[in-house]
Amino acid sequence: MSKRALPDKILMQVDKSARYIGNELNSVIKDPSEVDVRFAICFPDVYEIGMSHLGIQILYDMFNRRDDVYCERVYSPWTDLDALMREKDIPLFALESQDEVRKFDFLGITLQYEMSYTNCLQILDLSKIPLLANERDESFPLVIGGGPCAYNPEPLAMFFDMFYIGEGEVVYDRLFDLYKEHKHKGYHKKEFLLDAANIPGIYVPELYSVNYNNNGTVNSFFPKHDGIPFKIRKQVLTDMNSASYPVKPVIPYIQAIQDRMTLEILRGCIRGCRFCQAGMIYRPLRERNPEILKEYAKEMFRSTGHEEISLSSLSSSDYTCLKEVVYFLIDEFQGKGVNISLPSLRIDNFSLDVMSKIQDIKKGSITFAPEAGTQRLRNVINKGLTEDDIIGGATECFKGGWSKIKLYFMLGLPTETEDDMKGIPILANELAKAYYDTVPKEERTGKCQITISTSFFVPKPFTPFQWAVMYKPEEYLRRAGIVNDTMKEQLNRKSMKYNWHEAYTSVLEGVLARGDRKVGQAILNAYKSGCMFDSWTDSFDFSKWEKAFSDAGLDMDFYTTREREEGEVFPWDFIDIGVTREFLLKEWHKAMKEEVTPNCRQKCSGCGAAVYKGGVCLEDKG
Amino acid sequence: MKIRVRFSKTGNMKYVGHLDTMRYFQKAVKRAGLDIAYTEGFSPHPVMSFALPLGVGVTSEGEYMDIKVNSSLSSAESVAALNRVMTEGFGVSDYVRLPDDSKTGMTLVFAADYTISVNEEGSFIPPKDIWEGIETKFWQDSETIEAVKKGKHGETLMDIKPLIYFIKSEYNSDNPVRSKLYMRLAAGSRNNLKPDLVIEEGLKFFGLAFDRCDFNIHRTELLNESLVPLKDLGEII
Repeated sequence: MSKRALPDKILMQVDKSARYIGNELNSVIKDPSEVDVRFAICFPDVYEIGMSHLGIQILYDMFNRRDDVYCERVYSPWTDLDALMREKDIPLFALESQDEVRKFDFLGITLQYEMSYTNCLQILDLSKIPLLANERDESFPLVIGGGPCAYNPEPLAMFFDMFYIGEGEVVYDRLFDLYKEHKHKGYHKKEFLLDAANIPGIYVPELYSVNYNNNGTVNSFFPKHDGIPFKIRKQVLTDMNSASYPVKPVIPYIQAIQDRMTLEILRGCIRGCRFCQAGMIYRPLRERNPEILKEYAKEMFRSTGHEEISLSSLSSSDYTCLKEVVYFLIDEFQGKGVNISLPSLRIDNFSLDVMSKIQDIKKGSITFAPEAGTQRLRNVINKGLTEDDIIGGATECFKGGWSKIKLYFMLGLPTETEDDMKGIPILANELAKAYYDTVPKEERTGKCQITISTSFFVPKPFTPFQWAVMYKPEEYLRRAGIVNDTMKEQLNRKSMKYNWHEAYTSVLEGVLARGDRKVGQAILNAYKSGCMFDSWTDSFDFSKWEKAFSDAGLDMDFYTTREREEGEVFPWDFIDIGVTREFLLKEWHKAMKEEVTPNCRQKCSGCGAAVYKGGVCLEDKG
Repeated sequence: MKIRVRFSKTGNMKYVGHLDTMRYFQKAVKRAGLDIAYTEGFSPHPVMSFALPLGVGVTSEGEYMDIKVNSSLSSAESVAALNRVMTEGFGVSDYVRLPDDSKTGMTLVFAADYTISVNEEGSFIPPKDIWEGIETKFWQDSETIEAVKKGKHGETLMDIKPLIYFIKSEYNSDNPVRSKLYMRLAAGSRNNLKPDLVIEEGLKFFGLAFDRCDFNIHRTELLNESLVPLKDLGEII
């Protein structure tokens, strides 16, 4: 029987113990004594969330293709096991070998959302690794962060030895080779970090100093030593077809949140929505060759026997070979018990035809993300979806037999007025009206169902809205109240339902997203006061966070409601994502003037991503 | 055609729950390339049913699932194909064809055989008189065995003696933690008795407290009303 870090006594007590035993299909087993580098890759949330993440699967597969590297997975033990591990002094382990994380060479943590920051500390703490980078000597793993939140790594700077800015496929090989070289000649952490800082995309926070102005904003940011780069350049996989792909993904025993095979058809986005960080940091848009995707799909099915396949992208409709790939999947998988799921599709004849083939119309719903309730505000955010598009698309869906529509909006966007808030239920009412106008009484199976969901807008680094202000939690709730009250005044209110997000979570997310190095102390305080799993409503405690900030001598409002000057130096300005600050500022100005910017395929707007010489930037615009 | 598959679930796989085991086999039959039949509709699933759920923490070498296939290789080839795609801890031992009119394992199952041993991770050392007494004084000599049984409709006090078909104890004097208890218990949708409850009541009879983690519970076989193992109701192809 394979090794197990936890005794029966514990596994019999905790919920979903299969989270902790490893041995899943396609997990990689190597002899740790035969590799040079042991890498623990961690998604700092509960197993079934972490196991749904494609990025981890990509890196896990890629690292393990190297004979000299053994990459194993680590997730956050759920609160029940967390308590038992602390009580019984059991160190955190990696799933494959069940060995202590502390023995590894690297601990890589993916930073997918700000609300997972305290869980990064949970991982270190349970692993018995000192939380502060400068308290860790050569006997501890090097802790490296990556993922979208690494584009503003400063709030976490004191806890991490390194951050990787960019797409994991590009320079990890260089990092591993450098580490082996250092290990060979006698590994000294400081020397290694000095060398690692010269690998493109690697940021070693300890090697940089920050000076602040009297008002608390950043004055200057600079390397402490000669030969350390001033700017960290985002690393991009220029040719999507050249990278490896996890065609043998690890399949959990317990059901993951996204329980399916994933085919990543493209990366990046041409749309340029001004609130969207992914739309900027993953520029330029790059597509995968459809023939390669078809092979991947077949191979993934052979290696998993999965019952669902999904396409992954920021906007599937922008994939030029979408029809070819989708019809291939339908032909290939129908009759083999494989469902096809197609997120982020625009409604047109093609998508309706496909949806009717793959979805049970009576049960299924169609999702639109207008993001804002009025055309004026949609122009501000550069969401090129018009009211005619939405109502026309929905009418087509109703004709096709659907009667359930989901609508996603944001509240608290820059320039938002009461009319914009009221516009949300008014638009939903129009859709319900379109249903009753389109579908004759005898063909209806009851009411149509229009579900409105609003989240609160959180400004993110490297977006045109990085200069935007946020509001107090009470103000967000007031805005949600206006939407709710207006909905109740609508003629078709009985066909509508409204859900809104937590306001306090959004405010904290905003603080952490645009935070500076000083915020690290507050994160540490919050963790020490018991904050963990902050993205879970049941465990989120805003009052602890308020205290954590005041104990650190910090004011949350500084990061949220304060007006930022156009020339303010942002904590993340030392990172170069290709897209220039000038472009983002120009977009911010255009937003204020309610002007839209064409997408990358209509007209190049000179955002700066062309320096990567790849993808859509090289396409012929006719 | 109807097929019955007998499989084992051992080691750490005892922590994979019943629903997850079903999902595991839904994928596994596809990986193995079985010509499985699917249900109709927009979410087709392999036609598959399991004879009796196995509790979390219990290992087994006698689990059963019935499947429907359109065509089939020989039993030996099918067993090999399935075993090629199993993860460690899962193994397929039998693959037999059922008569077309046969009932599902779920309907047929009447009794289950268990082997109880001492978990070496625990500190329990079975005393000889008690271990053997579970067979004799507790089971054979008792007219009735009153126990609180947890069911769908809450807890009920009932006589579990008729649900215990036999208990046999095997005491290892040289190494008491290697001692074993064998038992055959009522199983299935009409009457079902969990082995945990039997051990708990047995120890209680002698004034000892029961800790589930002191024991390994291992299921060895599922049988029909005539006490024939379910695999013997089909034929090898």
